[in-house]
Amino acid sequence: MSTGNRGEEAIARMFEGARKHGRAAFLPYYPIGYPDYGTSIEIIAKMADIGVDGFEIGMPFSDPLADGPTIAAATDHALRGGINTARCLEAVRELRERGVDQPLLLMGYLNPILAYGPEIFVAEAREAGADGLIVPDLPPEERGLLEDPCRNSGLALVAFLAPNGGPRRITLAAEKATGFIYIVSVTGITGARESLPDTLPAFLDRVRAQTDKPLVVGFGISRPEQARAMGEIADGFIVGSALVRAAEEGIDAVIRLAETLRNALDA
Amino acid sequence: MKPSDRIEGTQIPDARGYFGEFGGQFVPETLVPALEELNEAYEAFRDNEEFADRLRQLARDYCGRPTPVYFARRLSDHLGGAQIYLKREDLAHTGAHKINNALGQGLLAESMGKRRIIAETGAGQHGVATATVAALLGLDCHIYMGSVDMERQRPNVFRMQLLGAEVIPVESGSRTLKDAINEAIRDWVTNVDDTFYLLGSVLGPHPYPRMVRDFQRVIGDEARGQMLQMTGNLPDACIACVGGGSNAIGLFYAFLEDPTELVGVEAGGRGIETGAHAARFADPSLGRPGVLHGTRSYVLQSLEGQIMDTHSVSAGLDYASVGPEHAHLRSKGRTHYTWATDDEALEAFDVLCRYEGIIPALESCHALAEAMKRAPQMGRAEIILVNLSGRGDKDLDTVVAEMGRDR
Repeated sequence: MSTGNRGEEAIARMFEGARKHGRAAFLPYYPIGYPDYGTSIEIIAKMADIGVDGFEIGMPFSDPLADGPTIAAATDHALRGGINTARCLEAVRELRERGVDQPLLLMGYLNPILAYGPEIFVAEAREAGADGLIVPDLPPEERGLLEDPCRNSGLALVAFLAPNGGPRRITLAAEKATGFIYIVSVTGITGARESLPDTLPAFLDRVRAQTDKPLVVGFGISRPEQARAMGEIADGFIVGSALVRAAEEGIDAVIRLAETLRNALDA
Repeated sequence: MKPSDRIEGTQIPDARGYFGEFGGQFVPETLVPALEELNEAYEAFRDNEEFADRLRQLARDYCGRPTPVYFARRLSDHLGGAQIYLKREDLAHTGAHKINNALGQGLLAESMGKRRIIAETGAGQHGVATATVAALLGLDCHIYMGSVDMERQRPNVFRMQLLGAEVIPVESGSRTLKDAINEAIRDWVTNVDDTFYLLGSVLGPHPYPRMVRDFQRVIGDEARGQMLQMTGNLPDACIACVGGGSNAIGLFYAFLEDPTELVGVEAGGRGIETGAHAARFADPSLGRPGVLHGTRSYVLQSLEGQIMDTHSVSAGLDYASVGPEHAHLRSKGRTHYTWATDDEALEAFDVLCRYEGIIPALESCHALAEAMKRAPQMGRAEIILVNLSGRGDKDLDTVVAEMGRDR
């Protein structure tokens, strides 16, 4: 695996690598501090060992309004356990020291990043070994707050697109996103769902017609058949709540689920 | 002053919803198209005479507008200084100013073909107003309310249910207004196609702070004319309580270009030094600019940017952020903000009951408390106008419990 430049380039290489094998990239979401700091590091490192492609590393916020009950409860638990932004940056550093080489994207709400200081946060995230940033309450119109520091340091700043977004939203995301475009599969909050909307492939086609940037689908994916289906229409997919829920049963349950999802892509 | 130099005018907020450096639209992408749709519908609504007529007619015949301004003679004599006038929003239908906004947004929802209404509520006044308008217009209504607030404002929970609304208890976080807003936003993001989020204060993402202000400015527009008619003068000071700040903006707006002093009163809770309060502007160590619920404004937060739990005896002021336009007006020096503690608000409650035969909402008591501090220092020719934003029937349980404890 390459140990070259991190940031946007590392993310681009991740998609290239997956594409070469004719499959989509699998990016698990996992929050730092659930059920505790050490266990979350352990879980992420073990998922790295089984060959997932990259990670979305969750940072806690007191008011996670884009998240469903599973992730909201997990990050609330992390917060009560003393996890803060600095501790999450430390986690990235520790994962790198343990040899985790996949792209790491920090996912967190805007206010703790503003409180930390956007420039300092981006610089320290990069220095710790992060490759990108996912901020769910930062639409393209407000990206100015983080865009320059991210561009200067090569940290990717992902843009979201939702299925109710018309051509103008698609153009904007296509123009602004670095790293990839995060396609929200359904209108709603994070959380495992029985099925994904039939309209998703057509929406991805419409986005694809406007951009070459990688498209990563998230929200609601929990099962191997969903992973396989996403693998056929997107460049990558994210699974969060299902993994967090599995963590209630222990580390092994998370790894088993991650493995099942990962293997579904090769089938 | 040239019109273009005015502190306020139709150019505020700008197209992106900014009042100076405050405001904006910090929401998940799914809500951006919904907010664009809302903004366009609101622009069309503003310019439509038919809607304006319907709103005016309902405000008059259904809500009882204009609400009177009342000269509180016994209270003024008791305090022995400035003459105190009360803008009687407590006499509006449903007992608070909240109906002004609920009615405006309700008509807008109807015009957009959205039949499902959701709202958050703290004290329950906005929830009752929303449930009322939903009944009036035949819309389906769901109200999110923190379970702590449901406990301390039980009469309003029953009122909402009687009016046909579903009241959904929120058990997350501090189980107060902040958490009710989180849940309402989660509902909206999920049901964005058919749902109208009827937000209750000058908060949240653009265009809410502007739209709610526009629907509430009737308070000040009426009061300014009433004061001129009754006293021949403008008041020396206008005082209003500030939770999100809709009754305050509503009153202040008509006076922005007058020499009148504009004073917002936040919830001082158990005292600023205790940290148990909701005074965003009073405590620079906790109240700093930040982003909560879609808007950039002053937010009570930890050094790490986590939103603080707040405290106030009045549920309607118990919130960690404040309307972005208040932050802007304050930065321009046009408005200023102080606080009243729980005890001061309860004292004001007692005084207004005894001296004027008016049972005020605990929220409004914060504004009254400030008037009671100032009036004795002012001359008898000076005038204070207080926005009596709501009536206190909903607070009787709280007041009985608090008075039983202390006295």
